Amino acid sequence: MGFMRFATVATLALLASTQSQAKDWSKIRIATEASYPPFAYTTADGKLAGFEIELGNAICEELKAECEWMPVDWDGLIPGLIAGKYDSIMASMSITPERKQRIQFSEKYYNTPPGIAVPKDSPITEATIDGMKGYLVGAQVGATHAVFAEEILSKSEVSLYPTADEYKLDLESGRLDAAVDDVVVLTDWLNSDEGACCKLLGTMTPVPEIHGEGAGVGVRKSDQDLADLFSKAVIALRTNGKYKEINDKYFEFDAYGE
Amino acid sequence: MSDTSLSYVQLETITAKAPPPAPSNRPWTPVRIVGTTWLTLWLLSGLGILWFLLNSNHVALVFGGDGLLPVSITHNAKFLIKYGEKFVSGFIVTLQLVGIAMLLGVLLSVPMTFMRMSKNRILGGIAYGYVYFFRGTPLLAQVFLIYYGAGTFRIPLQSVDMWWFFRDAWNCAVLAFTLNTAAYQVEILRGSIENIAKGQWEAAAALGLPKWLTFWKIILPQALIVSLRPYGNEIILMIKGSAIVAIITIFDLMGETRRAFSRTYDFQAYVWAAIAYLVMVEALRRVWDLIEARLTRHLHR
Repeated sequence: MGFMRFATVATLALLASTQSQAKDWSKIRIATEASYPPFAYTTADGKLAGFEIELGNAICEELKAECEWMPVDWDGLIPGLIAGKYDSIMASMSITPERKQRIQFSEKYYNTPPGIAVPKDSPITEATIDGMKGYLVGAQVGATHAVFAEEILSKSEVSLYPTADEYKLDLESGRLDAAVDDVVVLTDWLNSDEGACCKLLGTMTPVPEIHGEGAGVGVRKSDQDLADLFSKAVIALRTNGKYKEINDKYFEFDAYGE
Repeated sequence: MSDTSLSYVQLETITAKAPPPAPSNRPWTPVRIVGTTWLTLWLLSGLGILWFLLNSNHVALVFGGDGLLPVSITHNAKFLIKYGEKFVSGFIVTLQLVGIAMLLGVLLSVPMTFMRMSKNRILGGIAYGYVYFFRGTPLLAQVFLIYYGAGTFRIPLQSVDMWWFFRDAWNCAVLAFTLNTAAYQVEILRGSIENIAKGQWEAAAALGLPKWLTFWKIILPQALIVSLRPYGNEIILMIKGSAIVAIITIFDLMGETRRAFSRTYDFQAYVWAAIAYLVMVEALRRVWDLIEARLTRHLHR
């Protein structure tokens, strides 16, 4: 009997403490994977760096909260969150229906858009559905961008390649008029010596049904208020220009997507 | 005398007849056990594939209802409805590619065979080198080299007005497949012609027949009998070898299979592809039996 009473009291105390913690977000513990450059990675001297880390710090500044970063392996991210080892996840985690069954997400804080690469002397002037009308567009089979090319770029001809390497070869040889892929992948290539033939024409708006909703901050299901705080902070950073400031350090395009 | 002897003979005949061996009495030798196990495994895996296909398409029997029969079949073949048409178009692409390449290969291999067998060392050397290269390198590498290799020589190809040909993936695929199969066909044809006894040439020459007529009327019909099966093998190898052509954006049966699989992660894509290839090869095998019966009709008694 004594034990039962103790257990009840302890449980209540625990509940109370988590309850009170849920109200007060002056300290936020954020987990990240730290091995996905340029979004989040560990520098040579062991510090966390990357677009996500800087954005996270800016969010905490906006919320006037003290943030603590914790590097966690990918597979352990959601279990650790549910176990209460930290309060949130910022690890380029795409918002998917499967994950939503276990945790809660803020609104997206980035969604890399599909990019369009063209040869440098291309007659195509704009990265729109009509701008690419009648041209031959290459994409990698199996990737979401192939579905995007076939279903959204309905006015273009589409050629599908086994890997990204092959459409790059054909873009270089002039068989292809354009190629569509994740803009981060394309910029990596275009900025290297191999990509000298071509340029980034522009980006297109991601389609949530094809590309997913983008990456959001993951929180426990009980912490809807924290998710809302993150969502509001991202919008505030979008408005006051800080998002763009951080974005431009890493990307030539708007990582927010749209 | 006749009566007794007849009964005697009948009696002897009946008793002398060995009773038919009862199958159940056959001993279970290790070989028989292995064979039966093997056959059972084949049957089980066949049934397993059938069950898998029915299950993937949610085929079920529903009892009752107001139809003509008390039983009706329900199904939900989402995969086939969405990708069936693509599979058919991929099937046609495979047939076209292999068919065109084989025909062009025949046209190319005949003069090549004569070159290969000629006493002229230059002609013989060219044909030998050609066969050596195309039989000695993978088809995948040849397709890749012809398509992407041509891409890097765009400017020179444009200057000789050949780029329009190499720009098109289909042309490159047909070219690569033709060159590849022709190399094998040269060896098939050469082997079967050389297989015909020299005496046939000499006998025809003794009759005063010109060489081309000897070849056309005497040597070739016999060589065809010998080369028929190797030709069939070559077509079968081409049908299956063509599965790599998606690397240059031609979506044949295998290309469509992989695309459908990458969209759905549904394994029945590969099962249907395997069935389609089996059907192709089986149809070819039957046609070949007919051709062989026709070519060897003078050998039947």
